[in-house]
Amino acid sequence: MTDILPEHDSNLPPREVADVMPPHAHSWIGKYVFSQDAKYIAIQYSGTAAAIGLVALVLSWLMRLQLGFPGLFDFITPEAYYQFVTMHGMIMVIYLLTAIFLGGFGNYLIPLMVGARDMVFPFVNMLSYWIYLLAVLVLVASFFVPGGPTGAGWTLSPPQAVLSGTPGGAQSGIILMLVSLILFIIGFTMGGLNYAVTVLQARTRGMTMMRLPLTVWGIFTATVMALLAFPALFVACVMMLFDRLLGTSFFMPTLVELGEKLSYGGGSPIAFQHLFWFFGHPEVYIVALPAFGIVSDLIAVHARKNVFGYRMMVWAIVIIGALSFIVWAHHMYVSGMHPWFGFFFATTTLIIAIPTAIKVYNWILTLWKGDIHLTLPMLFALGFIVTFVNGGLTGLFLGNVVVDVPLSDTMFVVAHFHMVMGVAPIMVIFGAIYHWYPKITGRMLNEAMGQIHFWVTFIGAYAVFFPMHYVGLVGVPRRYFEIGEPAFLTAPVDGLNAFISSAALIVGAVQVLFLFNIFWSLRHGLAAGGNPWRATSLEWQTPETPPRHGNWGDDLPNVYRWAYDYSVPGAPKDYVAQNDPWVPDSGGRRL
Amino acid sequence: MTVILAFLVLVALAAGLWLSQQRLASKPWLETGIAPLAGHGPGRAPGFIFIAVFLAVAGGLFAMLGSAFVMQIDETPWELVPLPGRVWLNTALLLLASLFMQFVVISARAGTTRWLRASLIAASIATLAFLAGQAQVWIALTSGGYPLDGPPAASFFYLITGLHGLHVLGGIIALAAICLRHAGGGDVKALLPGVRLCALYWHGLLAFWLMLFALLQGWGNAFLALCRAAVT
Amino acid sequence: MLIAVVLVLIVAGSVAFHLYSPWWWTPIASNWDYIDNTLVITFWITGAVFAAVVLFTAYCVWKFRHRPGHKAEFDPENKRLEWWLTAVTAVGVAAMLVPGLFVWKQFVTVPANASELEVFGQQWNWAYRLPGADGVLGTADAEWVSGENPLGVNPHDRFGKDDLIIEGGEVYLPVDQPVKLLLRSIDVLHNFYVPEFRAKMDMVPGMVTYIWFTPTRTGNFEALCAEYCGTAHPFMRGFVTVVEAAEYQEWLQEQLTFEDYARTASEPATRLAER
Repeated sequence: MTDILPEHDSNLPPREVADVMPPHAHSWIGKYVFSQDAKYIAIQYSGTAAAIGLVALVLSWLMRLQLGFPGLFDFITPEAYYQFVTMHGMIMVIYLLTAIFLGGFGNYLIPLMVGARDMVFPFVNMLSYWIYLLAVLVLVASFFVPGGPTGAGWTLSPPQAVLSGTPGGAQSGIILMLVSLILFIIGFTMGGLNYAVTVLQARTRGMTMMRLPLTVWGIFTATVMALLAFPALFVACVMMLFDRLLGTSFFMPTLVELGEKLSYGGGSPIAFQHLFWFFGHPEVYIVALPAFGIVSDLIAVHARKNVFGYRMMVWAIVIIGALSFIVWAHHMYVSGMHPWFGFFFATTTLIIAIPTAIKVYNWILTLWKGDIHLTLPMLFALGFIVTFVNGGLTGLFLGNVVVDVPLSDTMFVVAHFHMVMGVAPIMVIFGAIYHWYPKITGRMLNEAMGQIHFWVTFIGAYAVFFPMHYVGLVGVPRRYFEIGEPAFLTAPVDGLNAFISSAALIVGAVQVLFLFNIFWSLRHGLAAGGNPWRATSLEWQTPETPPRHGNWGDDLPNVYRWAYDYSVPGAPKDYVAQNDPWVPDSGGRRL
Repeated sequence: MTVILAFLVLVALAAGLWLSQQRLASKPWLETGIAPLAGHGPGRAPGFIFIAVFLAVAGGLFAMLGSAFVMQIDETPWELVPLPGRVWLNTALLLLASLFMQFVVISARAGTTRWLRASLIAASIATLAFLAGQAQVWIALTSGGYPLDGPPAASFFYLITGLHGLHVLGGIIALAAICLRHAGGGDVKALLPGVRLCALYWHGLLAFWLMLFALLQGWGNAFLALCRAAVT
Repeated sequence: MLIAVVLVLIVAGSVAFHLYSPWWWTPIASNWDYIDNTLVITFWITGAVFAAVVLFTAYCVWKFRHRPGHKAEFDPENKRLEWWLTAVTAVGVAAMLVPGLFVWKQFVTVPANASELEVFGQQWNWAYRLPGADGVLGTADAEWVSGENPLGVNPHDRFGKDDLIIEGGEVYLPVDQPVKLLLRSIDVLHNFYVPEFRAKMDMVPGMVTYIWFTPTRTGNFEALCAEYCGTAHPFMRGFVTVVEAAEYQEWLQEQLTFEDYARTASEPATRLAER
């Protein structure tokens, strides 16, 4: 089934990893439906994620309509509102962001960037997508069952999640949600094992870890984190499913619900929160680290300069990944856990700010003395820096235990996490799509549409989430269907909410233009050639664009240098590709 | 959350060991030429790494369950389920199964068909007997006043043994698939890569079971209580 | 070049919004101005960092924009600069963390002279319980909840008999007297949140959590539920009225003890049985 390809040039050192041609599909179905080619799976993943992401976008419109113009839309009942909030959050975090960064970019970029022909286990990789699709379908199905989807909030905290006071709690909404999450985790694990093992075991000759583009470092570290963090969510979901269906009391103490005593007893609701956030906090970095990696590469390519402090960047990614496993309880400062934990978790949380800050400095120092081309990817990268710095800094409020007390569970939190893990990573996703679209399709995305898309998204998103911090500061709690006009408001928030909602509608609408651009440019975009950005990393050096099955033609590339040789003094061009054996006259250390 | 954190420390040590071989302090911009990759000795087939990483994931799953169990027992004062003696026998069976799997690898490497067949059968029987034994414990507990929807400690027993049993079952299916694929061929050595992975998986599941068994006995909580007493 | 201008405008606009917009926290009515101070320190430090980072980015974008013939510098790293930046960041982080931890120590240490008030949450209203003449709250559990015992006070606990049961969502507190709120729920998570007091904490069924504060001015303050608790979550409101000590005593006299409460609640049922 698999055949090991012969070596054509015998003057090179022996290969550590055999050059194996992935199985070739012959039937139409094998090529275009049940494809085992990571590049095709990447597009399937991204397409599905974008489709379900559009649903989440519409849900956010509906909930903003309620918040901005309360009472105007009769069909938005409190039940419906909480269902919108819950499904919006869950879809965006899990089914869009996680899926598109790891399943989408991970699948497309890892094999190309490390110089492999495909993922190591293409069949398992294909299964991963189909189980993900099944998870999405189960999620969608919950919109059509009696009682509708769950309205438990994306944190799904028991006991309310499985009780009748919450939409979908006593019906099948919550059951489908949990089943869908369990499926997602199984599917992700199959993909994640592939991404990790491919980076570990399928790098081409010469591609040491320290020569990898930061994109691969970010996705790889995020994958390892996800593999270790998702089991926590898996366990939590299975246990809650047992509580809901089989009458166990894992998370259920003795309860009196609306005057009636239930048969539960002996469980602990806080245990669920520990399990959930043990997954939930690493999840933030599972989304952020790939974004960190990708944005480093976008900045380097479009500023024609090496990433500043590459080693520090790698160390920071690894340190952030490790630390993110011991900060989870900063989501639980006011949950009723033992107050002494506050000291420990506030300290670890604020320490994690230091490696994160180093990354920000190094992005900007990469711009310093660069040759900055203000292309669309660069614009989105700049948008990322602004929104990420903003959202990261408000994290210092919420991570510092005592400052968190008045702010937790207010709109300040909503503004913070949207800025830092909503807007910022999505800026990177857009930038990355403008950057790699030419490799995927062979054509450039339309520039004019892209400019409109960038400016409206960037300024609009900032206008949505910056003022929202102040709504929270005034004291408006999150997950409020309507606040009314309580006396503690120093100024009415209605006008501000209407402004935020209007901006959100505009930002959402412009995404349609972006989608149109993607389809329009497939046919009408300018021909891109193999390496339109004059980039060094391996994916731009494929013999064909878009890359064919097997990626590399007859011979795997050999890697002679790191991924950031831009504007090297004395080099013939302003970039030296990773597979270019050029040696500087001044020497440098030859291996 | 002590159990999962202890587990993560182990994972971090392994990751740290691997990272320490990757020349993280080197200055890649000064080096041109084909550099050797680290950690690619023989025996490090992608399949081996795949199973190792998968065991880390499954280990995380069971450590998480263990954590939840320990938390639960700490909060409800020491309501443990008295485990029937049959569980000890099951543990011995799983230990035997793991041992026989190692024999399978040894005889596959040596190419001795008869030994291979015998140890394969022995390993399968021991593993299936383990599963049957666990099911028997379930029946005994249910009829003994510890049903699934009883006190959380009992629910944990069913959940933990159930998920562990599912993993064992998956292993048997994989083993059967490998043997069937090579049933016709005369070359025993063709089995080696497959059964080697199975053996690794069996050892991993045995290790997880031993840890879970200790926790279910309440030893984990006793140990924690001891630590707390020592600190204060 | 538009982007450089926009970056500058974003900084200017954000600072202006912060300084001149009317949306700011509500005037404090408890001793937790320490929290406000820590928050203000954090605002200053993070605001300065935000402005510096974005303005510097804008400068770079303008100064090093692509022009024909311009070439980027090859500049792999600068260890000294990176260590300096790390050190400065660490100092800034410590400047926020250390005062925060000191205040947290105060936040979790209840003064010995604090009086006790139990806040009781259920879907979707508040009730309260005060220790009666004996000064001790009786034990309580969801186990005991019934029509005549909505708070689940343990009927076999002698300390519970004189506890004052306050329904209807409004409670009085004496000004300048530290109070420890014992938070209890019998169904789902709730969170007792009075914005003027700054302190808040979840109430978790199956356990009792706490916060403490000293009301520092009289007035009528709205209490909200700040932890999502089901469909009517935003409508779960209550009131805390802070009054002078004399008025508080007056109000206290009007409240029913648990014993009386159970009797009045069961009376209609007894009458029915007699007929």
